[in-house]
Amino acid sequence: MGALEKLFYSPVGHAVSTRAGLADPPQLRRGRTWPDGTVVLAPLGASTLVADTLDLLGLESSDPIVDAPADSPPGYGSRIGALVIDAMDLTTIVGLEDLRAVLRPAVRALEGSGRIVIVAREASGDWEAKSVTRALDGINRTVGKELRRGATSNLVYVAADASASNLVSTLGFVLQGRSAFVDGQTWHVSDASSGIDELIEKPLQDRVVVVTGAARGIGASIARILARDGATIVGVDIPAAGESLAEVANEVGGTALQLDITADDAGAAIAEHVARRGERIYGVVHCAGITRDKMLVNTDADRWGSVLDVNLAAQIRMNEVLLDPAIPGSVEDGGRIVGIASTSGLAGNKGQTNYAASKAGVTGLVEAMAPDLASRGITANAVAPGFIETAMTARIPFIQREIFRRSNSLSQGGQPEDVAEAIGYLLDPASAGVNGQVIRVCGQNLVGA
Amino acid sequence: MNSNAVIVGGNRTPFAKAGGPYAQAASHDLLTSAIDGLAARYGLSGMQLGEVAAGAVLKHPRDFNLTREAVLSSSLAPTTPACDLQQACGTGLEATIYIANKISLGQIDSGIAGGADSASDAPITVSEPLRKALLAANAARSTGERLKALARIRPSHLKPLAPGVNEPRTGLSMGEHQALTTKRWEVTREAQDELAAASHHSLAAAWDAGFFDDLVTPYLGVAKDSILRPDTSVEKLAKLKPAFGGPDGTMTAGNSTALSDGAATVLLGSEQWARDNHLPVLAKFVDANVAAVDHPAGEDLLLAPVGAVGHMLERNGLTIEDFDLVEIHEAFASTVLATLKAWESEEYCTSLGLNGAIGTLDRSKLNTMGSSLAVGHPFAATGARIVPSLAKMLHDLGPGKRGLVSVCAAGGQGVVAILEAV
Repeated sequence: MGALEKLFYSPVGHAVSTRAGLADPPQLRRGRTWPDGTVVLAPLGASTLVADTLDLLGLESSDPIVDAPADSPPGYGSRIGALVIDAMDLTTIVGLEDLRAVLRPAVRALEGSGRIVIVAREASGDWEAKSVTRALDGINRTVGKELRRGATSNLVYVAADASASNLVSTLGFVLQGRSAFVDGQTWHVSDASSGIDELIEKPLQDRVVVVTGAARGIGASIARILARDGATIVGVDIPAAGESLAEVANEVGGTALQLDITADDAGAAIAEHVARRGERIYGVVHCAGITRDKMLVNTDADRWGSVLDVNLAAQIRMNEVLLDPAIPGSVEDGGRIVGIASTSGLAGNKGQTNYAASKAGVTGLVEAMAPDLASRGITANAVAPGFIETAMTARIPFIQREIFRRSNSLSQGGQPEDVAEAIGYLLDPASAGVNGQVIRVCGQNLVGA
Repeated sequence: MNSNAVIVGGNRTPFAKAGGPYAQAASHDLLTSAIDGLAARYGLSGMQLGEVAAGAVLKHPRDFNLTREAVLSSSLAPTTPACDLQQACGTGLEATIYIANKISLGQIDSGIAGGADSASDAPITVSEPLRKALLAANAARSTGERLKALARIRPSHLKPLAPGVNEPRTGLSMGEHQALTTKRWEVTREAQDELAAASHHSLAAAWDAGFFDDLVTPYLGVAKDSILRPDTSVEKLAKLKPAFGGPDGTMTAGNSTALSDGAATVLLGSEQWARDNHLPVLAKFVDANVAAVDHPAGEDLLLAPVGAVGHMLERNGLTIEDFDLVEIHEAFASTVLATLKAWESEEYCTSLGLNGAIGTLDRSKLNTMGSSLAVGHPFAATGARIVPSLAKMLHDLGPGKRGLVSVCAAGGQGVVAILEAV
């Protein structure tokens, strides 16, 4: 910790920064925990999709307070835990007023780390209907920015034919503390069936998940969280990182595979490791990544090539092998592929052309793979972390780091486990309908799409 | 035999020069790290194994239960029993034999054999006069007697003593002994330097090929064997001054092993156990042998493995041509070269009670991934380094391929073994 940073966190520095408007960021609710207060269900039409999903989750819900054209708007009286809006039937601009009317009292009453969740149908119908679908996105993003005390707002677009079991893992994730750092986001859930109609405590029990880059930071956290959810972890990292990789593998009761993922036979080596243990892979989490930051004018072919090879090309080479059903130890039908994109890739970041290229490439990759793998029931998704507190980001100079931390709706950096939890949600067998999506874990970072 | 003992795999720390990166690590730490890396590679965390046998040559009194304590520090189930075992530089291989025998007899179904040594953390003792004076002071009945006892201590008695590396019965160091053998068997300087250079080059190539990716786990930030000099050459080695054998000696620091720190382990099990636990099987542990020579009477201290190999081959009905790979521990380059000459000597072999010469080794089969000159030689670890590496090489060559291990040890002993790829 530098002198400036020490001063900032000293009692005097703290007093000054608080008066300057830099309040302590809120403590976020994390893990497999539900909101403390009531879950309010607001159906804006005849749809019972959200009500049915809350039933599957075993959550009691109460009726919403609706804003009335009176002098003083009515209140809830006490803090509420979440407002879940069923907007499946919302197709008109006039109907948006119903949404406003349930949001206004709820936003005021929402507890710390509370949740606003809007469940809406995919864009379809006439010009107005499609326009309204998109309007919800603007509302969600804005509510996310206005909410305080670590509360979040997220929007899920659901296929018209989707049932409650298609939505159960998604609504469970969004309401639980696992989605602590996912805010202002929008993603899609299809009607692909998983046959699972409950939220399972250990959804990955007896399933083999390969995590590359597992020796430290976000990768190690992914291994721990997935092991908590029951997964048998195969941790992969470069041989030079073997010591910490072994620690992680032993801690989670998995195995360590020392491997340079850029080697031509990396995919084959992983499959062989798994096959030798008489298993097949359920999930692959491509977390291994490097940065070689320089402004573009100083970026030579080496810096360019190594980042693209490790972060993107190696992933494609491994996927090709691991998705070949003929290879023993490859990914089984119904499996999961998860890539790590980055807000740098989505928004661009000065000094990171190579990194942004590779990470935006990961986004493109999962979008391309998703439809091709759907027939085997395999999904391909990505998470895009924003500013996450790791040994890597701890090396960013203090003032710059503090600015990055606070440049989001939750006024703080995320934890590695926040990224891991989002990946756990994508790996959940019940998340079969989440495919080709990129979920940002960024606390609604001010930059990026 | 009730069942076949098989080698599943191994793990070791990178080896390093004494006083180097592991200077602050004790044998306990090194052994724990090697076991933990093995556990991570094969998913043994929390598992109870039949037994762990390992040892160290340079041993502190506090390490009286070194292996058991390392098991308790490791991720293995704390209910895994362990024992310490020591046979000088043969320790790692002797521990492997011990575990393999127990598996073969059906007494255990799985086990780890290993060895660790830290020449950096060698036990330092007090001088004999100081020890006697302190004992007398302790036994004294009055202050006067106590002072009298303590008054016998001289400044020179306070000098700490490093552990002896000389053979107790001859007073000669191992290098001095080997220098006698080098001369007797007419091993040239050129041949020694060639062997040393080849060891470094072979080891470097093996590292480059990723051969050690599933045999070594980094420790304390060291990811590779740090004694390795990939760019050494016969020319560079030829410039070194003799270290043993006087001014005309041919043995140098370059063709002798360096004092090293490190630890190595081997995972063994019955074939059934390996299958039940979905673990790979690299090779069978076929047979092993030990032999000793009468070095106080003038025999070659480090040639004891010759007799051990000869008798083991005869009782298995094998000749040296039946082996696809041969690992001879490079205590000194001249040990390996004298061993090969001894194998070829009808006279020497028959003097050991063998039916004839062991034979001439096709040198392309020898130490193909480098050996102790390049890797280093933490005394007790070497046998447990060689066994998994050889098992992997044999497995890569294909089922039925045979390998021979030969390790010389202080006290004029030799430990040898036969592996066969599965």
